[in-house]
Amino acid sequence: MSKTITIDGNEIPFAEGQTIMDAAMAAKIYIPHLCHNPEFKPHGSCKLCTVRANGRAVSACTMPAGEGMVIENKTGELDDERRAIVQMLFVEGNHLCPTCEKSGNCQLQAVAYCLDMMSPHYNHFYPPREVDASHPDVFLDRNRCILCELCVRASRDVDGKNVFGLSGRGIGSRLVVNSASGRLGDSTFAVTDRAAQVCPTGAILIKRQGFSVPIGSRIYDHKPICQVETEGKSGGEHE
Amino acid sequence: MEPCEFPHIEEQLGPILGRHGGDATRLLQILREVQDCFHFIPPEAVSCLASHLNLSRAEVEGVAGFYSFLSLTPRGEYRVLFSDNITDNMLGKAELMQYFCNKLWVEPGKVSEDNLVSVDSTSCTGMCDQGPAALVNGWPLTSLDNNRLDLVAELIRIRKPVAEWPEMLFEVRDNIRRPGMLLGEAFEPGAGIRATLARGAEATLKEVDASNLRGRGGAGFKTASKWSFCHAAIAEEEGSMICDVGGHPERFIVCNADEGEPGTFKDRVLLSSHADLVFEGMTVGARVVGARKGFLYLRGEYRYLLKPLEAVLERRRAAGLLGENILGEAGFVFDIEIHLGAGAYICGEESALIESLEGKRGRPRNRPPFPVTRGYLGRPTVVDNVETFACAARIAEKGGAWFAAMGTAQSTGTKILSISGDCARPGIYEYPFGVTVEEILRDCGTEDAHAVQVSGPSGTLVSWQEFGRRIAFEDLPTAGAFMVFHRQREMFAAAHNFAHFFAHESCGFCTPCRVGTQLQKRIMDKIAGGHGTPADLEELKQLGHILGTMSHCGLGHTAANPVLDTLKKFPGTFERKLKALSFEPAFDLDGALATARSITGRDDEWAHLL
Repeated sequence: MSKTITIDGNEIPFAEGQTIMDAAMAAKIYIPHLCHNPEFKPHGSCKLCTVRANGRAVSACTMPAGEGMVIENKTGELDDERRAIVQMLFVEGNHLCPTCEKSGNCQLQAVAYCLDMMSPHYNHFYPPREVDASHPDVFLDRNRCILCELCVRASRDVDGKNVFGLSGRGIGSRLVVNSASGRLGDSTFAVTDRAAQVCPTGAILIKRQGFSVPIGSRIYDHKPICQVETEGKSGGEHE
Repeated sequence: MEPCEFPHIEEQLGPILGRHGGDATRLLQILREVQDCFHFIPPEAVSCLASHLNLSRAEVEGVAGFYSFLSLTPRGEYRVLFSDNITDNMLGKAELMQYFCNKLWVEPGKVSEDNLVSVDSTSCTGMCDQGPAALVNGWPLTSLDNNRLDLVAELIRIRKPVAEWPEMLFEVRDNIRRPGMLLGEAFEPGAGIRATLARGAEATLKEVDASNLRGRGGAGFKTASKWSFCHAAIAEEEGSMICDVGGHPERFIVCNADEGEPGTFKDRVLLSSHADLVFEGMTVGARVVGARKGFLYLRGEYRYLLKPLEAVLERRRAAGLLGENILGEAGFVFDIEIHLGAGAYICGEESALIESLEGKRGRPRNRPPFPVTRGYLGRPTVVDNVETFACAARIAEKGGAWFAAMGTAQSTGTKILSISGDCARPGIYEYPFGVTVEEILRDCGTEDAHAVQVSGPSGTLVSWQEFGRRIAFEDLPTAGAFMVFHRQREMFAAAHNFAHFFAHESCGFCTPCRVGTQLQKRIMDKIAGGHGTPADLEELKQLGHILGTMSHCGLGHTAANPVLDTLKKFPGTFERKLKALSFEPAFDLDGALATARSITGRDDEWAHLL
């Protein structure tokens, strides 16, 4: 007999070694997340996927599922807390949806809608962040970076290039590029890299593709992210 | 590209790299030396280290950018960092720092025009009983006043090397006021190891178990359990056991001397005057869990202890207490290496400490797995506090029952407290667990004590109504900090200071802590500036809830404690600062003109919007 966990009253099976997130995804249960992508090693930094497992707050993407675990996921309290975290992500960077090429395909924006975020609530930090257009095929706009490190993981673990890394500390944390000048154009980055495709926001954008899919026809324009993620191949690319 | 300013970097870094054997786990140690050499980490050095250590440039830059004592932009030849703990501030830190800056014509946080000096604040340097304190190029200056700062400024002006400065500037006193079984009783180096060898490792573990020793870093995990988990764990890679060169399963003993909690300085004293006890405890632990290598992770602020500690290690090696065949026991091999931190409170968290030991950014790991099964380099690792090891040495020598006879049922033995703030005799006090706050206050000489911050900002604020409470895991657990505030102190100022501390020390890994500690700081700034409203207090409570439940590690979980405790126990200190309005915009119109005023050098009435 296979082992099971219970998420919001639904008993679902899991295999040894699976995390709560793995089991939920397999059972087509949506747990909000931004830094998680099943293709890469779990990270556990955005904290959106926080659930209560046997009453204790844990990150679903890193916590191994355990026999008989009782998990609360879709509760008013958790969604309030998750909304606060999304609001924090909005105010710490410079996210201007109406002028962003990623609008409609952006997971940050989609999660915000999904959690009924009506305003940023907190005061904007308006941090000065660097934009890097040096690469012939890719823009790097740190204003939209949420420090999920998906590009770091993709470049390191899939592309074998280590193009990205994180420097600084605390609110000063920033994405850095592996080249002597610090510019993307001087690195080994290529538009065909997996790392060019994984950004959940518009921090890494491919040039000369802007608005090829018009606003209104994009992934999350008609279906909320919770539906997209549980219907199709979850967590993959959304281009 | 800008011209290369360090064309000879390869030759310059050669000796440093050579000393560390080109080992990437020593990256932080290497970067510390590069910082000493150039007063920052030049971009050329980042590239050079990356290629020699087989790391990406981004990884080296990542580490260099993480630690406060390293800098990617030039700092002054003399870097003076004033300790910013609330106790330093109560002793006049802010005024002294301004005085010093005026004296040297330098702005806080900036480098002087001639690159001679930079002045800034740093988190508590662990000299609270002899503050205000500062660090000059990493060396501690204590008991600062205008006269001492005049001398320091003069020494900098004449470019006297720090090594040649008068010794009295660097005098650090132990201030042991109440010794107990750790600090007061004579200890013969080797006594604990001898007893362990006579009794056997398993029987020694039983003694530690019987002693009911719990971790002295504050969390209070039972030491015997930690040791036995580690002993039972075997690291595997692709199905086969990971062994050292001798064919033994690799395990490590790590002593956490990253004493960063503001107001805590008891490990400083243990390491300066009772290092044998600490190293002995580590060696006993090594025998019990089967480790052959140990590390002491010493916070960067205590670099002045590095040489004396290495001398103690050398003496112990000569006495057969470390190295091969310890005390003649064939096959008992254990040695200790000291790693220095570089200004990061988060490295006191055991998994962040391990990352830092591996030469990386001090970022707490996802758990499980716990360090006892997968720690340093993925091997089973015991991480214990300095004082825990000192206790273990005593238990090995005198037995578990002797130890368990002291203290309370769930908190056996003694606890060393580091007392500072408003009291006549700040310093080190060792008490059996169970002592009341009131008794301690009487001993350290307080009049009019109003509140005590027990175990630092991440601990508990105890108000005058609660002075009957006891220091014990059952009531007030503590890592050792005990900061006293008298009736005239504004408790808001302490909470404000601690909010800044956490915002500065958040590692930035998880969203709630990275952003939440900033939001908390900004709201406290708003209230301090006279713009707070009742809505801001509600916001602080809400933020405290998010930090406490959603954060990745203990730093975030406790980052709102001082604010929430103060709101609950001293609401008046907040309310007095509030505007009697329900809403006040956070955007400060006049404040927004500050940059323009600084650029134009104006401060007249027309340069303000009031």
